[in-house]
Amino acid sequence: METIANLNLQITACKVRMGIIEGTYHAKSGHPGGSLGLADTITYLYMSHMKVNPQKPDDPTRDRLVLSKGHNAPALYAALAQRGFFPPEEMKELRKIGSRLQGHPVMGVTPGVDFSTGSLGQGISAACGMALAGKLDKADYKVYAILGDGEVQEGQVWEAAMFAAHYKLDNLVTVIDNNNLQSDRTIDEVMSLAPLDEKWAAFGWRVITIDAHDFGQIESAFDYAADVSGENADKPTLIIQKSVKGKGVPFMENKPSWHGVAPNKEQYISAMAGLKVKLVTLEKELSDLQGGN
Amino acid sequence: MSDVVMRATREGYGEGLVELYKKRKDMVVLDADLASATKTAMFEKSHPDKFFNCGIAEANMIGVAAGLATTGKPATSKSAAVPRLVFASSFAMFAAGRAFEQIRNSIAYPNLNVKIGATHGGISVGEDGASHQCNEDIALMRVLPNMTIINPADSVEARAAVLAMAEHNGPVYMRFGRLAVPVFNDRETYKFQLGKGLQLREGTDVTIIATGLLVAQALEAHDILAGQGISARVINIHTIKPIDAEIIAKAAKETGRIITVEEHSVIGGLGDAVCSVLAEAGSVPVKKIGIEDRFGYSGPALELLKEFGLCSENIVKVTKEFCGK
Repeated sequence: METIANLNLQITACKVRMGIIEGTYHAKSGHPGGSLGLADTITYLYMSHMKVNPQKPDDPTRDRLVLSKGHNAPALYAALAQRGFFPPEEMKELRKIGSRLQGHPVMGVTPGVDFSTGSLGQGISAACGMALAGKLDKADYKVYAILGDGEVQEGQVWEAAMFAAHYKLDNLVTVIDNNNLQSDRTIDEVMSLAPLDEKWAAFGWRVITIDAHDFGQIESAFDYAADVSGENADKPTLIIQKSVKGKGVPFMENKPSWHGVAPNKEQYISAMAGLKVKLVTLEKELSDLQGGN
Repeated sequence: MSDVVMRATREGYGEGLVELYKKRKDMVVLDADLASATKTAMFEKSHPDKFFNCGIAEANMIGVAAGLATTGKPATSKSAAVPRLVFASSFAMFAAGRAFEQIRNSIAYPNLNVKIGATHGGISVGEDGASHQCNEDIALMRVLPNMTIINPADSVEARAAVLAMAEHNGPVYMRFGRLAVPVFNDRETYKFQLGKGLQLREGTDVTIIATGLLVAQALEAHDILAGQGISARVINIHTIKPIDAEIIAKAAKETGRIITVEEHSVIGGLGDAVCSVLAEAGSVPVKKIGIEDRFGYSGPALELLKEFGLCSENIVKVTKEFCGK
């Protein structure tokens, strides 16, 4: 990935993180930890990869994204806002009465949201249905499903994994956001998934593992998933992304306690100040690079 | 009775699916390894490329149905959206029961155009026993916002209800039976109107409001009661939600007594739906015939129906007591 493109993505991801903090702080609830960990991938998808049109959110030819880990709605909303589906200022309305930004995503309510999620394990099945529709209609859109690692403990996920491989849904790309933490404790303490990659490969999926905070690796992974020619044909792709829960806000990083708790005022100010410094640094770096040409 | 054709409503479902495809080429049918029993196999045979067996995985099947139903023609300035028409089938127990939360969160909440074809409803499943006799599905589906519930009385009504789905957007739960039951509607003239109850017999002393396969029993009871000097109105409620409040209120006003008859728990089903209407419209005495708060057991379907009082004889008995005769 070119340096300028990479910097632009980092800048937008930083704004997405600010949106997540803004939203959860004003809502006084929500799930900032996982949302921050997902910020880079979801930024990449909406800003650089997916075929979507903010002026025509229900375009039948669009790529679709199902946030199966629906509690990371703040990341999805902040990314949609950066992509132009609605103003970023609307993040302050998150979880409020009458808001389009419900606690978990709702299709038909928030522009750009492709499916209603929140109950874990269900989104990937809907993504399978969308991918199957794409095959039936001979449409060339892709369907992306983002799951939490803890979510994979749901039996329905494995039903869907069988279904996607059986019906050769190579237009389906699933991301497992592997931050190793779930609500109560670490994944291994609660219910181990290991070996996660081998299990999905055994279910008939192509599996690739990446660093969730490296745009070069993110781009390579989605390019790999997009190539379904030759021996890659007919197989759905799984991207296991090793992420850091709370990424970008140092006091939240790798802390399970930030799964479902909003920052208080002091924490909000501190988090936003840190992100602002990061943003200014990135923007200066970009400007220097462009000015230096 | 020798000239009466006996046919299960699930047969009407399969037949309806095959015919409906002529109108809706976008249609897809899913099943969870019960196609030969639910009769979606009839559709599979005629349109194999639009049929998908999801295996014994009902939760995923409901989600796949939801995802399929998000596609289709979006709204334009000139026309409303035409979402893809999707049917998902299993036994009532595993559709409404096992996949309840998937139906709630992935279909009813986003208001998607999925028709759940649930066969083997009620105790007339018979020998398989209580694990498969779903007497709770109507109660489960009634509480879901956006959900429509249809429980046809014979195979003609079942077929017509399926065909009517071409014009109806949104989630529908359709309950069909395993047991062959009398076909009393005329295939050529029968018209299905969603949400409209049908008065099948006039009567002035009491009204029997029935649904599903017990409508035929109610008709039999009407004839027996007529011979004993009781004039019983008979109403078929094929659409349990939204229920036809008007026909119920009118019957209450004109006959003063209501008996509900259903092959379902007396908790949360047709009887309770009718009582809700009457609580608003002006209360009259009501007797509910259904499965009392208990599980069923194995046995031949017709014998079980009699054991549980879901037969014309018991309807007659209850009606006579109710009318003080």
